[in-house]
Amino acid sequence: MDVNLIAALTIVLGAITPAAMIGRFSTEAMRSLGRNPESGPSISANLILALALTEAIAIYALVVALAIKFVQ
Amino acid sequence: MIEFVHELPHISMAAEVLFHVGGFPITNSLVATWISMLFLIVISLVFTRRMKLVPSGFQNVVETSLEMFYDGVAKVRAGDKANLFLPLAGTFFFFILLSNWMGLMPGFGSIGFMVEHHGEMEMVPLLRAANADLNTTIALALLSVIGAQIYGIKVRGFFGYVSRFIRVGGFVAFFKGLVGRGPRQGFNALLNAVIDAFVGSLEILDEMTKLLSYSFRLFGNIFAGEVLLIVISMLLPWLAPLPFLALEIFVGYIQALIFATLTLVFVSHAAHEEGH
Repeated sequence: MDVNLIAALTIVLGAITPAAMIGRFSTEAMRSLGRNPESGPSISANLILALALTEAIAIYALVVALAIKFVQ
Repeated sequence: MIEFVHELPHISMAAEVLFHVGGFPITNSLVATWISMLFLIVISLVFTRRMKLVPSGFQNVVETSLEMFYDGVAKVRAGDKANLFLPLAGTFFFFILLSNWMGLMPGFGSIGFMVEHHGEMEMVPLLRAANADLNTTIALALLSVIGAQIYGIKVRGFFGYVSRFIRVGGFVAFFKGLVGRGPRQGFNALLNAVIDAFVGSLEILDEMTKLLSYSFRLFGNIFAGEVLLIVISMLLPWLAPLPFLALEIFVGYIQALIFATLTLVFVSHAAHEEGH
């Protein structure tokens, strides 16, 4: 299999679940913001934290893809 | 006619070595780290001499940015221990922010010298974003994790902190009950003690995964951003890199914030007394 194909598949497959989860977190955050606008800053702060942690998983996949492509 | 170039410029995951000092390699990202350090040290020295009670000029900028970080992040995440953890987390925030944004300046990655590498001439840039080197990010992650242990020992005492990982309290209470030196406990209590001990060993694993995740999150974001900018600048050098540069500015800020916030969260978790 071509190196480029493997690298591309790595990042593509690795980003599916984090993307879905980020969407779900944001939906629930928006929902609870609508229900309780006063806790806005608290919800936003925790949302950003959760987003960074999930995003990190996609970044791991990206790093692996880059390593496959650029490290001989 | 639009011509698409289909050879990428040389992108290397490892930072390129510029020269050696007594056998120790000095890389371009190390030089960038030194520049960030110099900047921060000079600013903090210059603007704490003759501090005015009512700040003006650049002292105002320094105080405002520190206050924004303190009020918005440190007090929210660490509560009453914010003052204790601020030196570590604040330094992480400002150092990483400065390094990330400096890596977007013109000249980083573009000005360098030609070197022969595997039979071809390649360009070695003189400067590279400090966090685009896994060495830097692993060093920062080590500081964060080891700092958490130190703060934990400082706040909870050595044995108090070790009891986070080696939890024998449940077993001691159960066996005291067996020999009659304490209240008798059912087997439920023994089961809970076993689970508690298991959780203690998980905490050790947790610290090690934190090390990995801190370093790779920061490295991945910044290095991938650099690769993105290189590729876009190669494909469409006119105007197209602008939104990507804006994205990288945003990402640089977010990653600094995340590193500092997570440091604060996990250090508070390590240092909070039992029974909360």
